[in-house]
Amino acid sequence: MNIIGLYNYWIVVVLMMIGFYVVIAHENLIKKLVGLSIFQTSVFFFYISTGKISGATAPILDSRYNLYSNPLPHVLILTAIVVGIATTALGLALVVRIQESYGSIEEHEIQSQDTKDQMESQLEAYGFKKKHILSIQNLDE
Amino acid sequence: METLIDIVLLSFLVFTALAVAKMNDLFAVVMLSGIYSLLSASWFLDLDAVDVAFTEASVGAGISTLLFLASLKLVGRYEKRTRYRPLLALGVVLVTGTLLIYGTLDMPHFGLADTPVHQHVAPRYLNDSMAEVGVPNVVTSVLASYRGYDTLGETLVIFTAGIGVTSLLRVSRRTKQEEQRNVPADMQQQIILRVVAKWMLPLIMIFAFYVQFHGDYGPGGGFQAGVIFAAGVILYTMLYGLSTTQEVFRQELLELLAAAGVLIYGGVGIVCMILGGNFLDYNVLRHDPVHGQHLGILLVELGVGITVATVMITIFFKFTWRTVKHKYIIK
Amino acid sequence: MVRDVISWIFLLSGSFFCLTGGIGLIRFPEFFSRIHAASLTDTLGASLILIGLMFQAGISLTLAKLIMILIFSLLAGTTASHAMAKAALKSGMCPLDQIDRGRQPTIKSYRDQDIT
Repeated sequence: MNIIGLYNYWIVVVLMMIGFYVVIAHENLIKKLVGLSIFQTSVFFFYISTGKISGATAPILDSRYNLYSNPLPHVLILTAIVVGIATTALGLALVVRIQESYGSIEEHEIQSQDTKDQMESQLEAYGFKKKHILSIQNLDE
Repeated sequence: METLIDIVLLSFLVFTALAVAKMNDLFAVVMLSGIYSLLSASWFLDLDAVDVAFTEASVGAGISTLLFLASLKLVGRYEKRTRYRPLLALGVVLVTGTLLIYGTLDMPHFGLADTPVHQHVAPRYLNDSMAEVGVPNVVTSVLASYRGYDTLGETLVIFTAGIGVTSLLRVSRRTKQEEQRNVPADMQQQIILRVVAKWMLPLIMIFAFYVQFHGDYGPGGGFQAGVIFAAGVILYTMLYGLSTTQEVFRQELLELLAAAGVLIYGGVGIVCMILGGNFLDYNVLRHDPVHGQHLGILLVELGVGITVATVMITIFFKFTWRTVKHKYIIK
Repeated sequence: MVRDVISWIFLLSGSFFCLTGGIGLIRFPEFFSRIHAASLTDTLGASLILIGLMFQAGISLTLAKLIMILIFSLLAGTTASHAMAKAALKSGMCPLDQIDRGRQPTIKSYRDQDIT
């Protein structure tokens, strides 16, 4: 088990776990998107570091070199980077619309507002008129 | 010596990612993610992935940081503290990380030449690319010719993102009137920035065209060129106002060009089928297969570049219109 | 041989300025002095390293590309520092010597534990 030989895979795992933790533990939607992009980049490192050969050069054919790194992961990751930016842009547009609808981008505030709306509409469906409903307490307290 | 550079760069990446996880000032988080993208571009360069480094630097450190900042202006700068300690999340992350590290113990060491990745497909591309396609940059020949169908899907994904952002962030006529009245006055005083931006804009655009058409012989290609072109237009827009730029880049023209780029790509494929070959089989385009490949790669990279540039400009314009609406109409 | 020695001198001095810029960025107490340290990295450090690389390249297309990179990075780096300082001034910060002369900033440009 050569540490230097496996060091880059361990760094990939560490970065992936940092990104994963940011996505599941933080509540701000923009922070989650940044964590998602860290996760994505760690996967890119994994693919491209498997394609590297020691002592080789970039895969641009030239008469002076005869050993090239593997070009196939480069192509796949080029596509992946561009798809990543497309999904990030769409995610950010959704976050902007969420902010305008709910007034906040923290997950628990959005959820409590959703639940409050749901309870109010259910009470209305059961026939209680609007003015009889005392204001529903904020569910966090 | 190269190992030392590898270890130092990777450690910097980990420290930056940890800083991103800890901070709650989102402005600093976005700037750190830009630094993270630049460091990962250097790491890609160290791994001989020059095309990928180019794309990551332009897309990750350029457009992504820009879009995050634009949405940060719309949503708010600080992240509220969580009210509980996320111990379950930490536990899940630690268990998954340990299992993954246990899984990497079997992997081939970094830099060896006889791993399964380097058998069969990659040597065939490297050896036969010059004879079949005739382009020195193997990544471009694989991207545009051998795996051209995947690149068509990727261009469609960018186009879909543009459609999605356009339908989510609509612009009304009142916003446009407010922008025409207010925004140029805000930026009148930035004389130095305006002059430098005017000087840099033609240089940036010439560089974008250079990257587009030189992608056959060095790192480059449609994506990087489209992003660089969009970055030049965005720089100009930030200093001169949206109405000034939209006299040239009108909304209808941008939408038309985005669709035209995808049409060029798909159209090349259909023309190949009409001339007797398979879909995206460039050999039948000219009298000679290698010349046909050159023409096919030129046309599809042009389509990709046009689509990427116009979609990035459109997405940025939509976010900026929304900030104008927030600043002058809502608040 | 002489070319190698000259390019070594330029590369080493460029790295020294980059290192100094980095140390200054962390150690300076106040925002405006930190901008100065960061711009040092961008202009002097990058220029000396690029000139050192020019000696390695010889007369070729690479030399022309390096000259263009040098001009562009000088132009863009200095403008970025100017933009940062102008944005800070516009949002209400002011440098320390103006605070000593009596002007009150809206936002502080330093932390209290760094100044004493």
